[in-house]
Amino acid sequence: MANKRVIARIDVKNEFAIKGIQLEGLRKVGDPNEMAIKYYHEGADEIIFMDAVAAYYDRNSLSELILKATENVFIPITVGGGIRTIQDISSALKSGADKVAINTQATKDPSFITKSASIFGSQCIVGSIEAKKIHNNKWEVFVDNGREPTGIDVIDWVKKLEVLGVGEIILTSIDKEGTKKGFDLDLIKAVSEEIQVPLIVCGGAGNYTHIENVLAQKFVDGIAIASVLHYNLLQINNLKLDLYNKNIKVRI
Amino acid sequence: MTVIAIVDYDIGNIRSISNSLVAEGVTVLITSDKIKLLSADGVILPGVGSFKHGMDKLRELKLDIVIRDYVKSGKPLLGICLGMQLLFTSSEEFGETEGLNIIHGLVKKLQLNNDEEFKLPHVNWNSIHTASLSWEESILKNITAGSEVYFVHSYAVLPSVDKNILSTTMYSNNQFISAVQRGNVYGCQFHPEKSGTVGLTIMNNFIEICRG
Repeated sequence: MANKRVIARIDVKNEFAIKGIQLEGLRKVGDPNEMAIKYYHEGADEIIFMDAVAAYYDRNSLSELILKATENVFIPITVGGGIRTIQDISSALKSGADKVAINTQATKDPSFITKSASIFGSQCIVGSIEAKKIHNNKWEVFVDNGREPTGIDVIDWVKKLEVLGVGEIILTSIDKEGTKKGFDLDLIKAVSEEIQVPLIVCGGAGNYTHIENVLAQKFVDGIAIASVLHYNLLQINNLKLDLYNKNIKVRI
Repeated sequence: MTVIAIVDYDIGNIRSISNSLVAEGVTVLITSDKIKLLSADGVILPGVGSFKHGMDKLRELKLDIVIRDYVKSGKPLLGICLGMQLLFTSSEEFGETEGLNIIHGLVKKLQLNNDEEFKLPHVNWNSIHTASLSWEESILKNITAGSEVYFVHSYAVLPSVDKNILSTTMYSNNQFISAVQRGNVYGCQFHPEKSGTVGLTIMNNFIEICRG
């Protein structure tokens, strides 16, 4: 069995790390670079930086942050938020990112995924999905950091993203995001049954049990966690020891 | 002052490699200049992407000759990921493509068993295990067997002789070669610059080898 990844997610607005609940009510929680260094030393397997307002303001401003982070953080780094051109990807990778997460631009122009995967390789193109529940067992794709509905069905969209050429999917539940009340297991199950590329799930982690439950699912490859780290509710090294003791394979 | 040169042939991100080589008395150069490469105390050949594209770029800049000449001097060289694969005789990626032939052997696609849990490319942390060569005097000095490092690849090397194998790794129930050594030439399939403290130890070992 392959390792399950524990990924620290840091949402960024201007020069601050921020966190909201259900992607709203954003509050400053610290310096993104210092936080990345801390999570790296605690044993995170990857870091994800998401520019929370980039898509909304039509800009992309994480390059400097990545440049700085790669001086001290020697694990894979994914960057998302406002990636909309080949040039954006190229500059993120040149700054030291290993992967880019693409959401809004993919819904506007699906061929952008295929094009970027053919240039940079699918291993560095992550399909980012923000899902909101609209009925029982039905979720809609949102963009612009959870602000805009698209009318696209999440299950249809994951299947399409895989065909278009993403190497991995990060699935964020808007309903659970920042609530610390547990993952949307129905959503995760529905999505994982439809794809073969690695699935990273995000939104709702509040304690060890939530994380154990979601990682025990065979087709969940990793979790991206934010609030529990930013508010010091758990430490990655302790979490990984707990997972290891529960027979979930992680890098210690 | 120990000078370590990273070969700049416009292929992939090398900033993290450069950042991971921080030590007292070490200067890092990112260069495609023949004189600078030949006079360095250590050379790193990085690389991501396809084998053919990598070889074409090296030839275009005449760096294939420079690297062979550098290796003849006996000074240390470290190939990382595609940079390691390029050291071999040839690759089966996109038909048969000739490599630098500094270490004899082939580059072949990773074998997958019929288990949909395992995919290509192999992108994940995975563990390295001892093989025929001792780690004691190599880039893997003081690394604990079973330590995990970060991989991103679909192909792996197959040296002609076992005595060039430093470490192996398991993926989809198949073993592949994750690090090699021939004399002062080292190669690792994983990315030490993305492999946390284990990776930094490997980079430091290489620095110590370059210090001589």
